[in-house]
Amino acid sequence: MHTKNIETLLVALSLATISALPAFAADSVTLQNVSYDPTRELYQEVNTAFAQQWQKKTGQKVTIRQSHGGSGKQARSVIDGLDADVVTLALAYDIDAIAEKGLIKPGWQKELPHNSSPYTSTIVFLVRKGNPKKIKNWDDLVKPGVSVITPNPKTSGGARWNYLAAWAYALHQKGGNDAKAKEFVTRLFKNVPVLDSGARGSTNTFVQRGLGDVLLAWENEAFLAINELGRDKFEIVTPSESILAEPPVTVVDKVVDKKGTRKAAEEYLKFLYSDEGQKIAAKHYYRPTDPKIPSKLAKVRLYTIDQVFGGWRSAQKTHFVDGGVFDQITGAAGRK
Amino acid sequence: MAAPTTTYTGKNNGNHRITEPAPVRWLLTAIALAFLALFLALPLAAVFSQAFAKGWETYLAALWEPDTLSSVKLTLITAAVAVPLNLVFGVIASWAIAKFTFPGKNLLITLIDLPFSVSPVISGLIYVLIFGRQGWLGPWLDAHDIKIVFAVPGIILATIFVTFPFIARELIPLMEAQGKDEEEAALVLGASGLQTFLRVTLPNIKWGIIYGVILCNARAMGEFGAVSVVSGHIRGSTNTVPLHVEILYNEYNYTAAFAVASLLALLALVTLVVKTVAEWKVQQQLERE
Amino acid sequence: MKILKRTNNVLPGFGPTMGYTLLYLSLVVLIPLSALVFKTAGLSWHDFLEAVAAPRVLASYRITFGAALAAAGINAVFGVLVAWVLVRYPFPGKRLVDALVDLPFALPTAVAGITLATVYSANGWAGKYLEPHGIKVAFTPLGIIVAMTFIGLPFVVRTVQPVIEELDAEIEEAAACLGASRWQTFRRVLFPLLTPSVLTGFALAFARGVGEYGSIIFIAGNMPMVSEITPLLIITKLEQYDYQGATAIATVMLVASFTMLLVINLLQRWSRRYAD
Repeated sequence: MHTKNIETLLVALSLATISALPAFAADSVTLQNVSYDPTRELYQEVNTAFAQQWQKKTGQKVTIRQSHGGSGKQARSVIDGLDADVVTLALAYDIDAIAEKGLIKPGWQKELPHNSSPYTSTIVFLVRKGNPKKIKNWDDLVKPGVSVITPNPKTSGGARWNYLAAWAYALHQKGGNDAKAKEFVTRLFKNVPVLDSGARGSTNTFVQRGLGDVLLAWENEAFLAINELGRDKFEIVTPSESILAEPPVTVVDKVVDKKGTRKAAEEYLKFLYSDEGQKIAAKHYYRPTDPKIPSKLAKVRLYTIDQVFGGWRSAQKTHFVDGGVFDQITGAAGRK
Repeated sequence: MAAPTTTYTGKNNGNHRITEPAPVRWLLTAIALAFLALFLALPLAAVFSQAFAKGWETYLAALWEPDTLSSVKLTLITAAVAVPLNLVFGVIASWAIAKFTFPGKNLLITLIDLPFSVSPVISGLIYVLIFGRQGWLGPWLDAHDIKIVFAVPGIILATIFVTFPFIARELIPLMEAQGKDEEEAALVLGASGLQTFLRVTLPNIKWGIIYGVILCNARAMGEFGAVSVVSGHIRGSTNTVPLHVEILYNEYNYTAAFAVASLLALLALVTLVVKTVAEWKVQQQLERE
Repeated sequence: MKILKRTNNVLPGFGPTMGYTLLYLSLVVLIPLSALVFKTAGLSWHDFLEAVAAPRVLASYRITFGAALAAAGINAVFGVLVAWVLVRYPFPGKRLVDALVDLPFALPTAVAGITLATVYSANGWAGKYLEPHGIKVAFTPLGIIVAMTFIGLPFVVRTVQPVIEELDAEIEEAAACLGASRWQTFRRVLFPLLTPSVLTGFALAFARGVGEYGSIIFIAGNMPMVSEITPLLIITKLEQYDYQGATAIATVMLVASFTMLLVINLLQRWSRRYAD
């Protein structure tokens, strides 16, 4: 019956997709940037700025296509065949997973300055206007009657930073050790009524549903939420110390070599370190790594994952694998 | 089974000579409507109230945006491929299953049902396991520069999988309920197999087909989970309407998100039109006879 | 049985139609799903058990299958009622209501989840009135049931509806002539005729509920051991790049759903024979 036509259509469709992918004319180039959720607005601006600069420099027109999603999910997509020229993800752990499959050369994190993180961020608190629960620091989060909103560390990269930041804080208190930190984080998660699967899901729960007294969020996400959703409704509280989040960037070697886009892709990432790139990052409430670029963000004592947890691999293994510390905590934490 | 001489009129509503006493009718209608209000009308109203929260202009502007339009185009293409394929399968399979007895029939029907019960997460994943870079066919596809997953073909495949059972599942019980006496009579009277199917079976299952296609189409356009796994979320390129809605929502662009979502909710209106036209056609046909 | 044998020879086209059915089924469903099983087969028996029988996973089975059963049950009762009212009783705006039934199919599951959470959370349209009475829907297991009821409803209505439309008025008239009351007619005559399609609808709504992910995560609260559904655990495994663990849980779900669907389909055959 209709099958013939449909077959033709299918063939035509796949051909169209195939022909759209390789073989770029020299006067234009398309880059695919696979990134995580909170960077949409940042890269929209970066892409326009880079395209202008690149055309001025080389006469070539560059189009950058964006793809955003949970960091882990995006990494899996690249592993499974999404042709990303560059990946700009939330944690080095996710890029390591891509490197393990041979798509990125080992030692990628040394290719660019500052552990390949052109900008950094940290975890802050978003509270309701006037801060009715008087939340100032991490230890206010574990008080009874305080409701804390954070996504699920098992499914969200951002939530892992939240968790580790709380852990590091407890560890740094007087007489702090792993057992005390575990107890602290257990108490913290007892105050969590909902675990959304992603960072933006949590923001929506906090903002739209009106649930919770405090939202643990990326610093830039907290500012974005305030700008987008109401300056008069929320305010940001910066704790005395927090974790230094280093979202790394790298070129996907296998893809750029195949597509012949290495040069443009590398320049694109270098642009992030340029004055202009750094200024754009600062404007979107990331912390620029170049100390010359002014940042309007509050000074906080920041610890890196390497300092406190000995790197992502070991943090992941101890805390977030099945049966790890987080599972023990929530298994014990229960509800009600 | 009952009454072999069923001729479907499409007007079986209300003009039954025997019915329940009026209070019972009212009570049942009231309960049904209350249930639908709570579970369907309320969410629907919420979608539209959010979509129009900032007025008509914002609503239209949200729809008239290049990324939205490209997602609409992709969704239409996907449904245009998936629905006809599953329609052909549904009709053929229900003929084989409903009109004949054979061992293993239950097993076969259950296998047809299977995609319903497979979590959307998994229905996307299986195609990644086969066509992905690390998958069975990955190296071969890579060598030949063919993209399946994270491109349009993958989205279409996942949609076909998810909507696979709809039409068959609608037609099988219907055809079984109708039995095969009419077809047998036609054959005895000298009609060919194809004639019998076109003149006798097809008119009888028309309603099932219409329902099936509507459902299949609605699901094809609305599928989120499975498509999300194989899409790659490339803006303006591999985002279907449901994925675009999620992106807008995640950009805190609630009005636009619900505006685009309301497009899909409007599919229900298409149902309405299709059914009305079909009923009208049947009515005409009856008058001519 | 003799009759059936004879008719097999009369109706044409069994060979080609069955051949096509099996071919398409294999291409679209069986071969892709076998990828799942093969991936799982890479696990040792011990690892497999560890993945699928951890306490947290077991709790999620209870929640997922329990909620899906409850939702399918609610839908079986109210879905039949809705279908009956839509076919038999005239009321203003009936066509609109009829069209409304397909909404859960058309609405992307994520939108459905967000919308349901909006409506049923403490500050939502419905939650506002439920919460003061101690009924918490959003972010509790009850929310899972609501979401599953929402997505499963059209399955029951749309499977039962054509069958009610096909019901012959003569049977009911005959029953009435023989002195049966309306209730007796329904229970003794109509109900057995409807049972197969109701069971089908129930089975489909159930199966769909078990697999559902998109709409539930927004309204469930996702607390481990309390309101965490199995598909979420699959995602969790994938986040750890544990494809085999993910496919192991998926395979268990698949086998469980398949078994239940098979049982219900057998039951349906049986009830049809009973109706004959």
